[in-house]
Order: sequence, then C-alpha cells, then structure tokens
Amino acid sequence: MRTRAIVSRQLSQRVAFGLLVLATIIVVVPALLIILKIVISGAGTIGWEFLTQPPSQAGKAGGIFPAIVGTFYLMLGTFVFSLPIGVMAGIYLAEYAPRNWLTRAINMAIINLAGVPSIVYGLFGLGVFVLALNLGMSLLAATLTLACQALAMTITTSREAILAVPREYREGSLAIGATKWQTVRHLILPQARPGIITGAVLAMSRAAGETAPILVVGAAFLMRGLPQSPSDQFMALAYHLYTVAAHVPGMPKDTIWAVALVLLVVVLSFNVLATIIRLRTRQRRYG
Amino acid sequence: MNTDHMFSSKRNAQSNRAKLRTEKVNLYYGDFQALRDISLEIPGRAITAVIGPSGCGKSSFLRLFNRMNDLIPGARVEGHIEIDGIPIYDSSIDVVELRKMVGMVFQKPNPFPMSVFENVAFGPRRHGIKNRIELEDIVERALHRAVLWEEVKDKLDQSAFALSGGQQQRLCIARVLAVEPEVILMDEPCSALDPVATLKIEDLMRSLAENYTIVIVTHNMQQAARVSDMAAFLMMEEDRAGVLVEYGVTSQIFTKPKDKRTEDYITGRFG
Amino acid sequence: MTTVTKQSASAAAAEGLEKNLRRRWRFGERIIEGWVFLTGLLAIAVLLGIVVLLLKEGVPIFFHTPPWEFFFGTKWYPVSEPPTFGIMPFFVSTLMVTLVATAIAVPVGVGCAAYLAEVATPRVRETAKPLIELLAGIPSVVMGLIGLMLLSPLVQSIFNLPTGLCGLTAGIMLSLMSLPIIVSVSEDALRAVPDEFRQAAYALGATRWEVIKYVSIPAALSGVAAAIMLGVGRAIGETMTVLMVAGGALAVPHSPTEPMTPMTAAIASGIGNAVKGGLQYQALFAIGLILFIMTLAVNLIADKVLERQKQKFAR
Repeated sequence: MRTRAIVSRQLSQRVAFGLLVLATIIVVVPALLIILKIVISGAGTIGWEFLTQPPSQAGKAGGIFPAIVGTFYLMLGTFVFSLPIGVMAGIYLAEYAPRNWLTRAINMAIINLAGVPSIVYGLFGLGVFVLALNLGMSLLAATLTLACQALAMTITTSREAILAVPREYREGSLAIGATKWQTVRHLILPQARPGIITGAVLAMSRAAGETAPILVVGAAFLMRGLPQSPSDQFMALAYHLYTVAAHVPGMPKDTIWAVALVLLVVVLSFNVLATIIRLRTRQRRYG
Repeated sequence: MNTDHMFSSKRNAQSNRAKLRTEKVNLYYGDFQALRDISLEIPGRAITAVIGPSGCGKSSFLRLFNRMNDLIPGARVEGHIEIDGIPIYDSSIDVVELRKMVGMVFQKPNPFPMSVFENVAFGPRRHGIKNRIELEDIVERALHRAVLWEEVKDKLDQSAFALSGGQQQRLCIARVLAVEPEVILMDEPCSALDPVATLKIEDLMRSLAENYTIVIVTHNMQQAARVSDMAAFLMMEEDRAGVLVEYGVTSQIFTKPKDKRTEDYITGRFG
Repeated sequence: MTTVTKQSASAAAAEGLEKNLRRRWRFGERIIEGWVFLTGLLAIAVLLGIVVLLLKEGVPIFFHTPPWEFFFGTKWYPVSEPPTFGIMPFFVSTLMVTLVATAIAVPVGVGCAAYLAEVATPRVRETAKPLIELLAGIPSVVMGLIGLMLLSPLVQSIFNLPTGLCGLTAGIMLSLMSLPIIVSVSEDALRAVPDEFRQAAYALGATRWEVIKYVSIPAALSGVAAAIMLGVGRAIGETMTVLMVAGGALAVPHSPTEPMTPMTAAIASGIGNAVKGGLQYQALFAIGLILFIMTLAVNLIADKVLERQKQKFAR
C-alpha cells in the first residue's frame, strides 16, 4: 500500500540521486572536455618541425625543441635530487625512527611541506639557490627548487610503501639472524619498490607541469640553443605555455594550443605510467 | 640420509648444565608486568612445551630467548637468562648472532615473497655465503631435515605462496634450519594448520629433537601431551602478570599434577 | 630496550667468546643508520629553511610599514615615491576567489563523493576514479589557459562584463582544481563509516537517500570537513590559474565579477621587477609568509580532524 508519504519520499530520493549523478558528471566530464579541446585545437600544429626546431619570431613561429629538452632536464634533475634522499628519509621514518617527539615533528614537517604553495617554493628557491648559493637563474637552481618540492611527496610515498610491507616478513627475517639493514635491503625494499617508483614518477610529472617556481627562479623565454651546463639558462614547456598564452601579443592561437598539447602529453603520460605500475603490482600481489 | 656432518664443531655434547635457564625473570611492557619471577631450566635436545590459558604471557616468555621482545618499545627484562651458561642479555652479546643460534617459527606461516629456494637461502646468504653450489647444498639439506624436500624438489623456483599451509610452515622451519641454530622456538606453530598438517609437523618436531633443543608454546594440551618431554604451565594472576605454576616431566604434569591450578587447567575447568 | 639487573660471572662471558656471540661492530649497519638519519633531518631542514627564509626576507618590511598598515592598507604602490605596501586588495582577492571556488566545489564534490561511495556500482566507480585523477593531473598553467581562452569570453558575455578576466572565472577554474581532493577525501570518509549504522537505518525503513542524508554524511562529517579544508588550502595556494585569469587589478575588489589579484598572483607578477633586497622584495616575501601560515594552518587543522575521524571509527 503506497501512501502519499512514501511516494513523496521516493520522489525526493529520485531528485536527490539525480543531483548526485549531476554532481558526478560535473566532476568527471571537464577533464575529458579539456583534453579533447586541447587535442583538437593543438594537433594540427604539431609536426616534426614544431618538435625539433627552436623558436623564431619571438616564439610565434618555429618550434619548441629547447623547451621540451629543458623540461626533460628538469624532470631528470628532480628525480636525481629528490629520489635518493626521499627514499632514505622514508626508510628512516618507517624503520629506524624512535617513537618520540622528534619523529612526530619530522612527520608533521613533511606533511606540511607537501601543502606549501608552489609560489612559496619559488621564493625559497630564489632566496637560497639563486641568491644565497649564488647559482643564478640557472637550470641547477630551478631543478633544486623543484626537487625540494618533490621531496615531500617522495618521502611520503616511500614511507607508506615501506610501512605497507607486512610485519611478518620483518619478524621472520630478524628471527633467523639477519640485521635490520639486511632485512630492509633484501626483503622490504624490493617489496616496496613499485610504490616508491610510482611516487617518483608522479613527482617527475609534477616537475614537468610546475610553472610558478620557475617563474620566480627564472626560466628563459626564448633561447636558440640548449643549456650546455647546469648553470646555463633554460626553456621549459610550462613556462613557455604561460608566456605565449599571456604575454605575447599576436600569438597564433593554434600554436598556443599546440604547446599545451605537448605539455599535456608529457605530464599525462607519466601519470598514466604511474597508474599502470600501481595497478600491475596490485595484480601481481593478489591476482 | 646421514645428517651428522651437518652439525658444526661448535656444538656441545649434552652437558649437565641445562641448555636454557631463567632465574627470577620479570618482563615489563612499560608499566605493565607481563611475567613475574619465572625460574626454570630447559634441557637440551628435548621438546619442552609451554602451556597455559591465552594471554598469560607464553609468547612473551618464548621471545625472551631470542630477544625478540627488544623490538617492542618499552619492553624491559629483569633477572637472569642464560643459554649454555651465557647470559644473553649481557651488553657484550650480539643480538644478531644470538638469533642465528636461536631460531623461531611463528604461529602463522610467514614465507617471504620469493621462491622456495630463495626463502631457505635467505639466512645463509645474509650470513655471507655467496657460492651457489654451497647454497644449493645447504638448501637441500635444510629441506630434507624439514621433511619437505620430496614435495618441493621440483618446485624450488616457484613462489613459496604456491605451497599449502602445512608446507609453508615446514618451509619456515627449513628456513630456520638453514642457519644451523641450536635452539628452535616455536610459537603455536600448528594453530593455523589443519589436523593432517599438524601431525606431520609434530612428527617433524620429534625427529628434530634428536639434534636441536625445542621449546614450543601451544594452547593445545593434547599436542603438548603427545609431543613434549617437559611441560611448563603458565597462568595469569589477578594483576595479569604471568607466573610459572608448575614445571616438570610431561607425563607427570598430565597424570599427577602437583598444583591444583594445573589440575584444573588440564581437566578443562578453565582456560 | 631491555636492561639487566644481574650481571654474569666473567667465566660465562668468556664462554660468549667461544660461542661466537660476542658483540660485533657491524660498521655497515652504523654507517647506513647514520646516513638514513641524516636524510630524515634534511627534510625538516628544508621546511625550517623555508620558514627562516620567509622570516628573514619578509619581516624587515614591517620596519618600514607597520604590520597593521601592511595588512589592512588598501594601496599597493611599490614604485611610487614614497612606496606604500597595503595588501588588503590581495587578501580580499584571495578570499573572494576561494569563496567562489569553495561554493562550487563543496556541493559538487561532496555530492559526487556521496554518489561514488554510496550509490554507484563498482564499475561506475572504476571508471570515474581514473577520470578524477586525470582532472587532478592537469597542470595549473593548462587550467589557466582554458580559463583564459574558453571560460573568460563566456563569463564576459553571460554577465555582460568589460572583461571576462575576473574573480568569478578564476574561482570556477579553481573549483575544478579543488574537486579531486575534496571528492577523494570525502569518499574515504564516507566509506569509513561502519556499515552497521546504515543497516540500523534500513531496518527502520529508511530509503537509501535518507540513509545517506541522515546517517552516512553526518557520521562522515569531520572527514568531509577536512576534505573541504584541504580543498580550500589548494585554492589559496594556487598561482598560475589565478595569475592568468583573475585580471590583475590592484584595487580592493567589491564583487567577483571585477578583475583582481590574489596573493599568489601578486607575488608572481611582482617578483620579476623587485630589486633583490629592496622594499618591494621584502613586501613580497612578507606576503609569501602570510600565505605559508594560512596554508599551514588549514592543513594542520585538516590533519587533526582526519586523525580524530580515524580514531572515532577505529575497528
């Protein structure tokens, strides 16, 4: 027997669920639309010349090769500077740190390092690397700045990957006379490796996409050549996109979309790579 | 198979001195006292069972002998604990070497996520043996000793997780045997296994007891009666500290217990 | 750590030698442990370094402009004679775009989270999750581009504005950027609510929506609050999008449809011109310091709330 009360409650449920679905659509669809738009508008300009030539006519013509190279240097540098330190710090926090106030302080510090706005990292890089250490507005200074930003992420992912390794393995290893480091090196790290690598790949992807720190620390807009040493200036895709989009009058729109497309491809392919690694390990473990 | 050559020359012949000895041992986790005033002597080359109701500190007691309690922050040991007369809590003792001599098998089989071969070879590798031939030798002998060789000799490179529960536990025993301990501690090794696997492990224990000192914690009284030579009955007092109620030859404990509490536990009045 | 209260006789200790149980030096272990510990300290050093630098470079401005005037002043003229540094325009701009972003992202994000956690089939969830991660992965400069090229002309025509580069456009783009974290943390919070709560409500005859509205969401409220805070933190700290889209005007905005300059954009656009060590330089670092404190506070509170939520439902 359906009374009016029940009918109206079911009606409100239907309305509510409709709104929830709408909300989900609003969340899920924009990413697709954005990517679609960039692909459609940018693909036309992408060609061999675009990808392998330096810019000319103040960036309105020619290619973006130096920017692509610069971005890869940044990603590589971030990886090199943040991964070893990040993994070691993660090992320390997961395996060696005593449970006292200092450890808690370090954990807090790292969580908050991750939340610091990227422009503030830019200021940090400016003050410390560019000025105090006198590295100038160079590739090295920018790389170190981005590495500091990546550090929080690599420490956290390493730590969590190590903590996820079941306790039974540690006990089993120590109980047959292996030392702590032997246990970490030969048993725990191999297990944690996929998680650590996922974190590293994501950090690299972020380094490719970050503009604000480079804005402050100083990337170049137009260079014909490639940086020959870490103390040289450099171009970067993200910074290039910002400049051509906002600061070059008369910039052909298609070129702007093309730059965006290249940047998107670089960033998203690393994200996809990280996801694949994450899913493959889950399959291997429980599949 | 002749196994005499497996034993290193370090191994002592059975002496008058007990293999493991505790004297007035107290164990604290922070402010909580887990064990009070435990004194007993455990003979070598025999199986000693530690029985008692759950929570009375049997596992904590077992872990005194390989200092696994050290891993718990706030754990504190008072009293005297010796192996072959050597005080193992002395500051001059290397814990890692101790754990080579005193191996442990856990309640739930915990093979490493590696192949069968690598599991058993893990210990010897960490202790410096790199030669492949030597390792293969050691692995084969350990697996024979654990009565597992026939079942896995064609599967050495397969993942340890492919084995059954009982096989995994025997693999863990082989892993311990590969580092040539003198004492094997077993913490409820059969509680996660089916009855058939359990009996196999009990048989294994008896054959191992000819050459190793075995201390087993079990809440299965029938198992203790079947398998052990000596039995120690632990119980929790009102303040939840574990004490040693009675300790003696197994047959005596189970047929003519001296303490009423022992008798109550044996006959199932509690626990 | 263990302590021993009775020591052994030296004879027994000598046995220890024979038995090979003597303590080893284990150099390798020591070195590794030391190394690993140092890197742990490095992390805290970097964070401290940020704070120290911001203080060192930013505090001096307060000797030129007293804090009250700095914070509440409405005139930012760094190159006039004499220069004045009032950051109210930036602060209000940040508040305004964050408000717009939050007003959009919270209902949409929490709604989406509720759908994914409570209603959606696993297959829908498996499809939606990667797409949300995709959204999170789009670099902020690309979002700025979209805002600049696509959204701002739209806003301009809909609201009949002289320019579409305003706080509203920036707020909308920022909401897209905060959505992933709001959805993710809220969904975790909802899934952490024990099923027994829901079962009890169903047993009383509640509809599915009623269970969500009256049981799940209230139970997950602290987690959702934390999610919102993290989203707010994201919006406050975002630079490129607002730099490209918010308009760049230096006056205190009175409505989101005006062009404006949030604090992050103020730093980004000003730092290029600032003489190193000069007053404007110091003032920009001071803004950075305030930004740092704001995001730190928001993140710390969110962490606290999440900790408490975890304890509430600890099984």
